Amino acid sequence: MSEGKKIDGKVPAGALEKKWEQHKFNMKLVNPANKRKYKVIVVGTGLAGGSAAASLSELGYQVDAFCIQDSPRRAHSIAAQGGINAAKNYPNDGDSVWRLFYDTIKGGDYRSREANVYRLAEVANSIIDQCVAQGVPFAREYGGTLSNRSFGGAQVSRTFYARGQTGQQLLLGAYSAMMKQVHKGKIKVYTRREMVELVMIDGQARGIITRNLVTGELEKHHADAVILATGGYGNAYYLSTNAMGSNASAAWRAYKKGAYFANPCYTQIHPTCIPVSGDHQSKLTLMSESLRNDGRVWVPKKKGDKRKPSEIPEGERDYYLERIYPSFGNLVPRDVASRNAKLQADDGKGVGSTGMAVYLDFADAIKRDGYETIKAKYGNLFDMYERITDENPYDIPMRIYPAVHYTMGGLWVDYNLMSNIPGLFVLGEANFSDHGANRLGASALMQGLADGYFVIPNTLGNYFGTHSLTPADTQHSAYTEATAAAEQKINQLMNIKGTKSADQFHKELGLIMWEFVGMGRNEKGLNEALKKIPALRKDFWKNLRVTGETDNINIELEKALRVADFLELGELMARDSLARKESCGGHFREESQTPENEAKRDDDNFTHVAAWEYCGDDKAPIRNVEELKFENVKLTQRSYK
Amino acid sequence: MAGHGPKHSEQDGADLMKITLKIWRQKNAQDKGQMEDYQLDSVSPDMSFLEMLDVLNEDLVAKESDPIAFDHDCREGICGTCSLMINGQAHGPEKATTTCQLHMRKFKDGDTIVIEPWRAKAFPVQKDLMVDRSAFDQIMAAGGFVDINTGAPQDANALPIAKENAELAMDAAACIGCGACVASCENASAMLFVGAKVSQFALLPQGQLEAPDRVKNMVAKMDELGFGNCTNEAECEASCPKDISISNIARMNREFFAAALKANS
Repeated sequence: MSEGKKIDGKVPAGALEKKWEQHKFNMKLVNPANKRKYKVIVVGTGLAGGSAAASLSELGYQVDAFCIQDSPRRAHSIAAQGGINAAKNYPNDGDSVWRLFYDTIKGGDYRSREANVYRLAEVANSIIDQCVAQGVPFAREYGGTLSNRSFGGAQVSRTFYARGQTGQQLLLGAYSAMMKQVHKGKIKVYTRREMVELVMIDGQARGIITRNLVTGELEKHHADAVILATGGYGNAYYLSTNAMGSNASAAWRAYKKGAYFANPCYTQIHPTCIPVSGDHQSKLTLMSESLRNDGRVWVPKKKGDKRKPSEIPEGERDYYLERIYPSFGNLVPRDVASRNAKLQADDGKGVGSTGMAVYLDFADAIKRDGYETIKAKYGNLFDMYERITDENPYDIPMRIYPAVHYTMGGLWVDYNLMSNIPGLFVLGEANFSDHGANRLGASALMQGLADGYFVIPNTLGNYFGTHSLTPADTQHSAYTEATAAAEQKINQLMNIKGTKSADQFHKELGLIMWEFVGMGRNEKGLNEALKKIPALRKDFWKNLRVTGETDNINIELEKALRVADFLELGELMARDSLARKESCGGHFREESQTPENEAKRDDDNFTHVAAWEYCGDDKAPIRNVEELKFENVKLTQRSYK
Repeated sequence: MAGHGPKHSEQDGADLMKITLKIWRQKNAQDKGQMEDYQLDSVSPDMSFLEMLDVLNEDLVAKESDPIAFDHDCREGICGTCSLMINGQAHGPEKATTTCQLHMRKFKDGDTIVIEPWRAKAFPVQKDLMVDRSAFDQIMAAGGFVDINTGAPQDANALPIAKENAELAMDAAACIGCGACVASCENASAMLFVGAKVSQFALLPQGQLEAPDRVKNMVAKMDELGFGNCTNEAECEASCPKDISISNIARMNREFFAAALKANS
């Protein structure tokens, strides 16, 4: 591997609590009359993209917003269930901005930037205010004030929620803010469009090429800056809690134009999902982490116990999270809960027909609080569980198992959320910035909206105020070249005329990723993956079959384009996992664990971000490094005991 | 809700079903379109309805035929992307359930299932089972928002809201914008969709200043886009996967008349 560069996250100087405020003062402003001269492209309309598009257009920028769905309201943020964190301290239980910052840094296993995480905690309260002002119907107490609940990785109740549909309500808030700006003619929305190329002029990101998913046309879009808010890459595993259309292609196009991809090995396996039922399985469904507030996780004490749960007496059950982690119990962070479920299943104590599940039991909660209370809290989740499994969780404990859910890695960005390509900004799950090696529950919604409502509206102006832009339009040769590249790739895929569908390749990739780059990783397995993935990629380019035409709706072509990118990204994920010889958060290297099977970090050698640089299809990428400096928190072995 | 019968086991294959499908095929918006028959011989009761279509599509690709285009995304009942008239019912036979959450155990071995796209003037077919629902976005842009910019609003708890109203607003806000209400209505009316959004804001103190304009503009846009009128058949409520109540239509009508009176006074 070539020796990488040291890169700078551009964290402002000064005391942690003052950095953002001081930075906002130091940044250049664009005056209101000039803002309307700038055009900004926003790709993705989830919480990050939607909130950014709305907020930037309110400031006066011209905004073009793009989504692959038939409406911006359908972005996958909509599926987030549990809630959004903020340190309002309404319950008076000792919360503060500092505690939210501390919990998030610790939850991320000390692999995120202090300054970014502090800023996130700092603006979180404004997000709640903003959403309430938009008419988001958060849960409330009888006195009319907002309700809070607790979530994994925290000992305070700081999570705001709207039943089990918090993501939906926050997204509809951001979407309605966008629609308000559409009404005013300040945002133009392009639906059913997929970004297939990033366009750069004189080293700056200036536009994109999209494929119109209805007509197949390749379209050129020019602007002064490009914002990617295109979500995570969990579908590299094929089975995940992501939507079927969620993909990494926009981010991957940027990577191949020189944007660094940071920490691709940091993936989050969510502990409470409905287990796989058969080969036909197309996706996995998450059961909100909020269920762990009342549900108790257990397995039989005896290996291979095939009795029904109701036939296993209390004394023969192992409530292993409560036993191992008495102070956090069932509310340990996600990575810890997932790994422990896997350990139980590996030990032969898993339940259900496959043995790849553990119980999440509400019997005690129903006894304590009554059926009606539990129904009011979780009714919609229980109904969803029953629809999928045909079992009633009020009577029979839920069967749950970990599933790929969120990716902490993503395109590298500096403190201003700009990638190393000038003019290319990356927001939300698509960037790598705030969750380190593990994201805490109810923090994704917080980060997406923080980036879009409160960070980018400040930092984008500073970019325009400090950079000059080459006058250009879509006639520029960069557009012709990018369009030709996209066209060439599409034709190549169409002309393979092999025998295997894109889904078949995707499923094969998913199995490799889950086995070798999943919950437990080791050197031997990762080397195996690094052989198998390129071999599968070769097979893909030789034996793929794409039916249909290029100038019509073509679902097979859409899938093929995305799978082609996952086949490259999967390899980078394995490569990054192999290079990071420590365990941290969701990245568990079996060679690096404590005697109690907890993740063991190697702070001397790995307190850094790995930012991978593309060097060509036939060359290994370079691993650049951003050192992480901790001036305010002390690195400790995470303990939830 | 589903019954609590014995759990199907995938391994033994004994429960696998034969299903005949009659599916609407239409090459593009201009094509006339027609029904076509398909046969599946080993459908597992644990498959979701869309996973059953995935299996059919894999078969079609294997035969070098064009797979069936249908809208879907989250597959957990919340994004509102999936649609389908299944045996004449929007989202199929299970109450309060989107197509993606419908499972094949609701059907029997030997069943014939007819699958068509949403039918409405305002939702033109784009290909096979995919339709263009951008009319809903246009209605939202006509007034489905609170006119407040990102900035520094007052503290969230400075605006107490009675729990009852917050809950009713949430009931209305749960709409996923799938369009089942329009597809199931003989007039292709969008009153339940619009009523739900108008109700959410009518029940909350936020956005009261623009309430009269909101309801007038949203209703006008709905009419302009070719959605029909409500004749109180309540098919929309029966087919709604999120159980949105038609009382929201009544609330919208009250808002509408109040706005009209205000304009005339």
